[in-house]
Amino acid sequence: MLSAVIIISLLGIGMGILLGFAARYFAVEGNPLEAEIEEMLPGSQCGQCGFPGCGPAATAVANGEAPITLCPPGGKALAESLASKLGVSVDLSDMEDSVPRIAHIHEHLCIGCTKCFKRCPTDAILGSSKQIHAVFADACTGCEKCFDECPTECIEMRPIQPTLQTWYWPMPEKAA
Amino acid sequence: MAGIANMRLFRIRGGVHPEDHKRLSAEQDIENLPMPTLLHIPLQQHIGVPAEPLVRRGQVVRKGQILARSQGMISAPVHAPTSGRIMGVGGYPAHHSSGLLVRTITLRPDGYDEWDDDCEGVAEPFALSPEEIAQQVAEAGIVGMGGATFPSAVKLNLHKRYRLDTLVINGAECEPYLTCDDRLMRERPENVRDGVLLMARALGVKQILFAIENNKPEAQSAMIKAVEGYPELQVVGLPTRYPMGSEKHLVQTLIGKETPARGLTADIGVVVHNIATAAAVNDALRHGRPLLSRVVTVSGGAIRQPRNLHVLIGTPLDDLVKYCGGFYDQPARLISGGPMMGQPVPSLRVPVVKGSNGLLALSEEEVQSREQMPCIRCASCVKACPCGLFPLSMAAHIRAGSLEASVELGLLDCIACGSCSYVCPSHIPLVQYFNYAKGELAARQRTQHKQRETKRLAEARTARMEAIKKAKREAMAKRKKEMAEKKARETAAQEATAAASSTDKQPKEEAQA
Amino acid sequence: MSDEPLVAGPYAHERSSIGRTMGLVMLALLPATALSLYQFGWPAILLFLLTITSALLAESGSLYLMGKPQKPFLLDGSALLTGWLLAMTLPPWAPWWIGVLGGLIAIVIGKQVFGGIGQNLFNPAMVARVALLISFPLQMTLFTTPVPLFSPQAPGLLESFHIIFGRSPMYDAMSSATPLGHIKTELSRGITVDQAMGGADSIDQLLLGTASGSLGEISALLILVGGLLLIWKRVISWHIPVAMLGTLALLATIFHLLDPLHYSGPLFHLLSGGAMLGAFFIATDLVTSPVSSRGQLVFGAGCGALVYIIRTFAGYPEGVAFAVLLMNACTPLIDHYLRPRIYGRDRRGEPLSYTDSGEEA
Repeated sequence: MLSAVIIISLLGIGMGILLGFAARYFAVEGNPLEAEIEEMLPGSQCGQCGFPGCGPAATAVANGEAPITLCPPGGKALAESLASKLGVSVDLSDMEDSVPRIAHIHEHLCIGCTKCFKRCPTDAILGSSKQIHAVFADACTGCEKCFDECPTECIEMRPIQPTLQTWYWPMPEKAA
Repeated sequence: MAGIANMRLFRIRGGVHPEDHKRLSAEQDIENLPMPTLLHIPLQQHIGVPAEPLVRRGQVVRKGQILARSQGMISAPVHAPTSGRIMGVGGYPAHHSSGLLVRTITLRPDGYDEWDDDCEGVAEPFALSPEEIAQQVAEAGIVGMGGATFPSAVKLNLHKRYRLDTLVINGAECEPYLTCDDRLMRERPENVRDGVLLMARALGVKQILFAIENNKPEAQSAMIKAVEGYPELQVVGLPTRYPMGSEKHLVQTLIGKETPARGLTADIGVVVHNIATAAAVNDALRHGRPLLSRVVTVSGGAIRQPRNLHVLIGTPLDDLVKYCGGFYDQPARLISGGPMMGQPVPSLRVPVVKGSNGLLALSEEEVQSREQMPCIRCASCVKACPCGLFPLSMAAHIRAGSLEASVELGLLDCIACGSCSYVCPSHIPLVQYFNYAKGELAARQRTQHKQRETKRLAEARTARMEAIKKAKREAMAKRKKEMAEKKARETAAQEATAAASSTDKQPKEEAQA
Repeated sequence: MSDEPLVAGPYAHERSSIGRTMGLVMLALLPATALSLYQFGWPAILLFLLTITSALLAESGSLYLMGKPQKPFLLDGSALLTGWLLAMTLPPWAPWWIGVLGGLIAIVIGKQVFGGIGQNLFNPAMVARVALLISFPLQMTLFTTPVPLFSPQAPGLLESFHIIFGRSPMYDAMSSATPLGHIKTELSRGITVDQAMGGADSIDQLLLGTASGSLGEISALLILVGGLLLIWKRVISWHIPVAMLGTLALLATIFHLLDPLHYSGPLFHLLSGGAMLGAFFIATDLVTSPVSSRGQLVFGAGCGALVYIIRTFAGYPEGVAFAVLLMNACTPLIDHYLRPRIYGRDRRGEPLSYTDSGEEA
């Protein structure tokens, strides 16, 4: 009886010491996960996720406060890579296939007020005061900041059309 | 008379044996299609960058005149198939299953069919150097005419980067219904042979193999006769199996080596070209004619008179169908190419392009479409796959959305031959899953690239704003400094004048001091 | 043509369908089944029909509950085949509720609960058989001697109803052990194999189909013929049957050579019990067996080894059902590790590289 008590106590003390060592020597400073997640986000600080920028969004995702499907510009690709980074499984079938949109300025309505290009996070709008503005389609991420700003509502968000180079076969219908 | 080369052949894995339906058109001589009323010549009929137009609306052109020039290394020029007037350069339905528009030059033939003066042949093509041969092939706009449409000149220049020893001429034509290569070999074997010899000269190879499937014995005899007296040319008979015409499997059958994954057949010293491409090379070098026309097989159960037609590039498909007597009934499927790897044609308005080797109008019984059932894991697809992949698992992963898992099973090594879908008892459209997944992966890569670019632009903008702010601060600081100095000078000046007025009383003191 | 939905190629297809596959399997089973039904008369026929009907009804009910269309799934023949195979493994004169319960368990628990055809992990017929064997050991181990259909002692149709649906003294009078069961009991009593074999049915009886046993254990020869038909028609491949029977024969030979008095020989093992039926029809079930050839060899070998071990060293006289179920559990693992080599890559998945001399690196 006594020997059993002694052995169990020794075991407990021994393991406690081991755990203490581990907690001290293997401790992780800060959360490097946040920085890695922020790297993966688009970085255009568009705010569509509801957080004020990609940094706070990364923090929220790292802490598990935000779902990994939070970023519309990132789409399914981003959700899948976040899933593999965090080691969680995600059901992407619910995620809306939001078609990416590009801003387009209707030139006959533009008054050259310069409000939009000052807001564009990627400098995708060309223009200056009293000159008609135009959007560089390649640089536009569809964050809609210019769309919100324009006083004459001359900006239209158009879905990107597939070209011969980008078209591909859709997924087949499921079986019965 | 020499016969089929007595070469040891190697087996390929998998593959299927579809009924070849070639007797519908195999005995039809190649006929020239009468001149159509309008030609629509797309600027993208090849893999690579579309050609850039050099003509404009209203311009009169001659046959063989260049209409659009190639852009960069992987591209090909486009020439006028006949003489006439340019009606416009603009969007037109592409020869592509998506139905999207492509930039197309519309030409109205004037009926005279006059050749351009520049189109002159060379008397002694074999006197040209390999570089010159490749250059002329590039200028003639020749692309792979087996359907892949890769610019042939680029392939002819591979000898600069790879050690090559064999040129294989692909006369397999393994797709059912198609007989255009078969007829070409039977009717113009010398053209093919001469083109092949020129290509071999361009590549610098010593061994040339004509690979012809054994279901084309007449083509084999015609080529054997044509290569008599040329010891370096050998005709090899291939077992009839689909997909024997796939470049990688053809080479494996002939030399027993597998092309390394993500590599070219040039990695193992072989270059493969199509029969029709060889004939086009001969035309280009000997007669100076750019690629303007090709042989197309019009066949299928729903077409009244299956034929092999020699048509001009840009002829609307409707003209071919009408010449062949039209349809019996509305066809169940209208396909460009063969039934295994062919693509649906969006409408009969689309034109014949450099890579169209067949137009099939299939009836319902030929297609045998049935309702899709769940996968029963019978593994027929695994047995049929010539590339050793796991089609059933790949499709299951794709259905569940995990594309990365399907890549691990070998999705990117899939050649989309269709053998798996052909045998599946549940009629699952496996190839569509794989094509979808490949497209989706490419789209995601583009998205990732866009994200990186966005990041770069956003950072550049932030840096720019910071720089502006910094410049402002410095300018402010500088101004402040100047203002302060100015102020100091002013105060100093004031003190000086004040001091000057008070120094009237003190000059004796200063003089004394 | 352009307003129709886009359908991808290929636009040619082999004449194959699920129904055709199932139909060929049933065709291959037909000779053996016909002989067995003849040997055991009306009660067996009734039980056979009951089991199949129960399976079909269970399938129909499950489809209705899942909201799936009835016609394509009922007509594809998979439920019919499951019921048929299950009936082949039941004692021929078992009570009616064994057949009905077996059909229900096989379809509902063995197949539909996993998600329907193609999704199940375990062979449905074997799931049902094992469930019945463990729950009702008495009814599932009561076998009779064969009483051919039109022979004088054979029960007529009315009497067969009594046998199946109620208690009849004729059943108990006719009962006898299967060869495997007999050997096991004798061995446990200390009697050696050769002496026991003299009392039990000989090899000829096993071959020709006059021994006692379930419907599928009667004629090994006809099962073999059916199995070869399936291989010829490319419904199954040779890997699983050869591996399974080969391993079984190998182990039996080794032990028989070591101690002939206590271990039966290979021929006995191959021909008795459900070894033949299991090798050609049960272990080769498309849904639950591995997909690659190498995987199938491993699977077959595992089945054969387990069958021998269970028969010789474990408590049950027959082990095919357990062996198949245990190997079914390993199938996903086998499929994960034993994949065919991809063209252009080596076994590890790296692209092939050739050295300068042209040899494979």
